[in-house]
Amino acid sequence: MRRRTFLAASAAGLAAPAVSRAQDSRVLRFIPQADLTVLDPMWTTAYVTRNHAFMVYDTLFGQDSQYRPSPQMLEGFTTEDGGKTWTLTLRPGLLFHDNEPVRARDCVASLQRWGKRDAFGGALMAATDELVARDDRTLVFRLKKPFPLLPAALAKTPLFMPAIMPERIARTDPFTQVTEMVGSGPFRFKADERVPGARVVYEKFGAYKPREGGPTDWTSGPKVVHFDRVEWTTIPDPTTAAQALINGEQDWWDYATADLMGLLARSRGVKVVVQEPSGQIAILRMNHLQPPFNNPAIRRALLGAMSQEDVMAAVVGTDPKMSRTGVGFFCPDTPMASGVGLDVLAGPRDMAKVKRDLKAAGYSNERVVLLAATDFPVLKAMADVVADMLKQAGMNVDYQATDWGSVVARRGKKDPVDAGGWSAFCTAWAGTDHLNPSGHLSLRTNGEQAWFGWPSDPKIEQLRDAWFNAPDVPAQAALCADIQREAFQSLPYIPMGQYLQPTAYRSSLEGVLNGFALFWNVRRA
Amino acid sequence: MLGYLARRMLATIPVMAIVALFVFSLLYIAPGDPAAIIAGDQATPADVERIRAGLGLDRPFLIRFGEWVWHVLNGDLGVSIFTNLPVTRMIQQRLEPTMSLMVLTLILSIAIAVPMGVLAAWNQGTWIDRVIMVLAVFGFSVPVFVVGYILAYVFALELDWFPVQGYTPLARGFGPWLNNLVLPSVALGGVYIALIARITRATMLEVLGQDYVRTAKAKGVGSRTILFLHALKNAAVPIVTVIGIGVALLIGGAVVTESVFAIPGLGRLVVDAILRRDYPVIQGVVLLFSFVYVLVNLGVDLLYTVFDPRIRY
Repeated sequence: MRRRTFLAASAAGLAAPAVSRAQDSRVLRFIPQADLTVLDPMWTTAYVTRNHAFMVYDTLFGQDSQYRPSPQMLEGFTTEDGGKTWTLTLRPGLLFHDNEPVRARDCVASLQRWGKRDAFGGALMAATDELVARDDRTLVFRLKKPFPLLPAALAKTPLFMPAIMPERIARTDPFTQVTEMVGSGPFRFKADERVPGARVVYEKFGAYKPREGGPTDWTSGPKVVHFDRVEWTTIPDPTTAAQALINGEQDWWDYATADLMGLLARSRGVKVVVQEPSGQIAILRMNHLQPPFNNPAIRRALLGAMSQEDVMAAVVGTDPKMSRTGVGFFCPDTPMASGVGLDVLAGPRDMAKVKRDLKAAGYSNERVVLLAATDFPVLKAMADVVADMLKQAGMNVDYQATDWGSVVARRGKKDPVDAGGWSAFCTAWAGTDHLNPSGHLSLRTNGEQAWFGWPSDPKIEQLRDAWFNAPDVPAQAALCADIQREAFQSLPYIPMGQYLQPTAYRSSLEGVLNGFALFWNVRRA
Repeated sequence: MLGYLARRMLATIPVMAIVALFVFSLLYIAPGDPAAIIAGDQATPADVERIRAGLGLDRPFLIRFGEWVWHVLNGDLGVSIFTNLPVTRMIQQRLEPTMSLMVLTLILSIAIAVPMGVLAAWNQGTWIDRVIMVLAVFGFSVPVFVVGYILAYVFALELDWFPVQGYTPLARGFGPWLNNLVLPSVALGGVYIALIARITRATMLEVLGQDYVRTAKAKGVGSRTILFLHALKNAAVPIVTVIGIGVALLIGGAVVTESVFAIPGLGRLVVDAILRRDYPVIQGVVLLFSFVYVLVNLGVDLLYTVFDPRIRY
């Protein structure tokens, strides 16, 4: 650059205030909920990776906002042999981002890799005798027994999502991260523009063929892209993110925090909405291997001390539109949810009675190590309130505040608390993880094989197995009611309420879809 | 002088070796497991073990340390556990924003703080001195992030003079680069300005009480000449020392400033890496910061000879 040009450009730059306005109509500027650290959707359960994966990869089935699966990459499918043979046919003309056609063998390799990481995928693969590519466009599942939930499994939106990638990449060991991002989704990942921890860029994949017909709803229907580029900027500080949105430097902030809702709602040109009705489910997980929570009577006695209202107030405030209480073991307002057993969580809390019940159950002042992650404000708020409830119930609480990385490492320890173990911790799951028993890890009760806390309840496991074979939704719902009834007895965890996660975007955007952040259909008005 | 320089450069080797050993050991004994973080909630203990083995985290301390040192000596800082990208590339991507922020803050701070300190000393006990010292106390007392939020609110949201966040590389023009860095530099510079202004005032007061200053005054030398030619030069050694020490303050402050203004710099890189237990990135960045700090101290030592010819190495 010549000196005069450089000086002229510099002067112009300084003269123009707030140079980085998000005013380019073909670029969507987005603040993700967290930094996109891991790119491979089979390598992490971070929701931000799921959002990235749905841009880059397509799935055989999509899911609408009523949680119904429908063909996405597929032209159609047939079932034969009493539901034991499923033949799936790909739409013609599907291309990967390296311009290679999507073939059935790519899908087979991708699903096999997925089945080794995902619980729902694992259940499907366990029921599968053979998965083969009959020709370039046809793949066939030959099952050991009918698996009516096959479309639901292949449409699932929580991680690990069944992303379709080229066979050469899908052959990668499922425990080794794939770093070459080649999918067949509506956006191409710009690896050359990535700055880890700060910036990720996608460009519209020109050769993407949206399916024809039907409404666009969540991950189902035509995925029509209206932006040439989508730029993700990681802004770790919520206040800065809010200011950047208000100032028009960014178009969309994925996770608007509860404490800034008022500011955003009052700001001109900003819209705050809840796009994801299933929200987040808060839970208190206890260690079932060590005292005192290895005693089911103590766990049950503790229910009387738990107030979902108090926990939700600490997490998102008292606005009733932002949280729900009376939450059981399945996501409220979804087909598997029921009111079975919820009465134990209703009404005023009687701490004197809880103290008596705990004593009668055999609690003898054992130390309760409650782990609290300080770097996640929601989890910290939950832990603060739960610690207070436990203390009011007369428990000997050892509140240990640390960062999430330490909690993750610590919760894997099965040792007694005196040897570095733990008693309980709070966490939250996406409501979509609690839609049904398929991927509901905190409801698994297969003892030492279960998720951290290692609850054991063979009856819940039997009911879960039966659920996979249930012929229809009413039968599935009845089994889930039975699971919830039993869960309130053995208490693999205590549900602490559901809170909704608002998203905020410039009011110049329209067509933002329900569900997590999706970048098709959205356009500038 | 050249011999001294060579000896000092050689002396950085054991310093860096101790830093490397310290950082590696600290991370080794610190709680946390990147494999567990990567594996996520659906992973079984066997999955976590498999990932840990794949990352080589299950090997003994000495083997891992030896390998890491060998790679560092060959200019290879390793690969990030999470992003799978070379640490050197990640550092290169983040170096310019952090260095820009630090250099601009340094220039801004010295340009403001030294005259402030001189002015306060020359007007000792007057309202000028008091106002400057009140500002210095304010600079010390208000945290960087609070100053940052206030600046962003006033100058970005209300006045619309500067952007709230982000960074524009210098290659895209000096104006846009400066536009993005003005608010962060002012926010970060607050403590630094206070520190330098106070030390300048204190040192100048001491120097202004010396006989040669009284003689110069008696000879009718102008106050500007006395202040900036005679007194300030003789007061420079402690001021330069504090500026050098203050680089550590800048490094610490950059972590907060980069988060508040969403600048993709090394401070944010290392904080993110610590929270995730991304050991190669932490080790690489800490090593780099240590090296920069060692170099700054060397530079300060060499500057002593410029300001005080009596000092010879």
